Amino acid sequence: MARVVVIGAGIMGLATAYNLAKRGVRDVLVVDRTYLCGGASGRNGGGVRAQFSSETNIRLMRESIAICRDFATEMKINVWFRQGGYLFLARSAERARALEENVALQNRCGLPTRMVDAAEMRKIVPELATEGVRAASFNPGDGVVFPWPFVWGYARAAEDLGVTIRPFTEVVGFETSNGRITGVRLRPTRLSPLDASDEVLPAGDATTEACDEVVICAGAWSPKVAALLGVALPNKPHRHEICATEPLKPWLGPLVADLTDGLYFSQSMRGEIVGGVAVDPVPEGINQQSSRRFLTTYSRALVGAVPVLAGVRVLRQWAGCYDLTPDGGPIVGRVADPTNLTLACGFMGHGFMMAPVMGRLLAEHVDTGETSELFARWSLDRFARGDLVHENMIIG
Amino acid sequence: MTAKAMLCRCEDVTLDEVMEALEAGHQDIESVKRYTGFGTGWCQGKQCVVACARVLAKATGKAPQLPITPRPPLHPVALGVLASLGDSEEG
Repeated sequence: MARVVVIGAGIMGLATAYNLAKRGVRDVLVVDRTYLCGGASGRNGGGVRAQFSSETNIRLMRESIAICRDFATEMKINVWFRQGGYLFLARSAERARALEENVALQNRCGLPTRMVDAAEMRKIVPELATEGVRAASFNPGDGVVFPWPFVWGYARAAEDLGVTIRPFTEVVGFETSNGRITGVRLRPTRLSPLDASDEVLPAGDATTEACDEVVICAGAWSPKVAALLGVALPNKPHRHEICATEPLKPWLGPLVADLTDGLYFSQSMRGEIVGGVAVDPVPEGINQQSSRRFLTTYSRALVGAVPVLAGVRVLRQWAGCYDLTPDGGPIVGRVADPTNLTLACGFMGHGFMMAPVMGRLLAEHVDTGETSELFARWSLDRFARGDLVHENMIIG
Repeated sequence: MTAKAMLCRCEDVTLDEVMEALEAGHQDIESVKRYTGFGTGWCQGKQCVVACARVLAKATGKAPQLPITPRPPLHPVALGVLASLGDSEEG
């Protein structure tokens, strides 16, 4: 018997479980169909930024960054957090204006973001080719973490507080009664030889875990899980690819992002240049395979932005899935039916950086049952009401 | 093998580090790869994956697990070379 079953041991599920346990909630079970870091939480670029275009996201991310700063102390694990800032490039007058408006809003929210001209861009990244770049915005407080220890940090801290984490465990169904979930059907899994196909193989019989509350934090897999309950989610998985170069000595301060082509790149604490670019179209559905087209598209964009990198070699590429919603806002909070189901998905590729703050808010929501104004705005039924949210700072 | 035997030369991963990963609960090869970093360096696992899979099989008493998912490119390729290639048709 579990008080809460969290589906998905990615950063969102683990942060929620950790915060539930910290609030004193006992018998929290987190399940995942594969291993920790197997989904987007282990496949993202580790960017953590407060440069957004909506006040909600700016304020939430300010808090997330504050949590990142204290993470190593609280979780006793080095997450290689480095605040080198985010430099957003604008190549059109329209985008430059949008950045200016965002900077004004971010300043009102207390961020030190500023517009920078070409000369200052070259001060921040001396090797940056600034021809064609009309303007840029820079927030020195944005940064990057190494995603894997961030996931393990939450996992270990949650387990220390009594949370049970069961990897290689798939949800195959639910038991419901009077509009409530009474149990989750769980089946052990193992990886398929066709790893990239996103298949897992059954490795035993399904059993039922009785529970009071269920939280779906399954990222791109959330619609599949919710469908088992008859809950239709409008989310769509969207493959994003990424790659890492051979390590270089530290030279690149910020994460550089260009919303025009979706190019972004930063230098990890391992020294690798890690980055990606938008590739269109991508295969339908959940797909974690790599493509050559990504490598050539990314290389052209990166060498165009920083020509001196032409001689640097790519070591490896991989892929993960964004979890996209029709309006670019996440889907968070309890649903009408079943009444003990909470959703936390549709984070548009920002789930990793949002998880530290969202974990706190979700734990409070699940524990107390109270709905904040934020969760009302981000609820699933906004699509039926036509009351959509807006965010234009989405990379790729 | 001694505890300091080097299993992954690119990322300096020793036998005792793999054993430590197992003790920390990382019992499958993909998790051990992520926890220790083996196979994420210059050779992308070509030299170390067999040794790590054997250590894992012996320690857990389970059949050797699948190799880690290979990460292209097969060998490191310069960004400038990749930038000069045309787009391929495949997804």
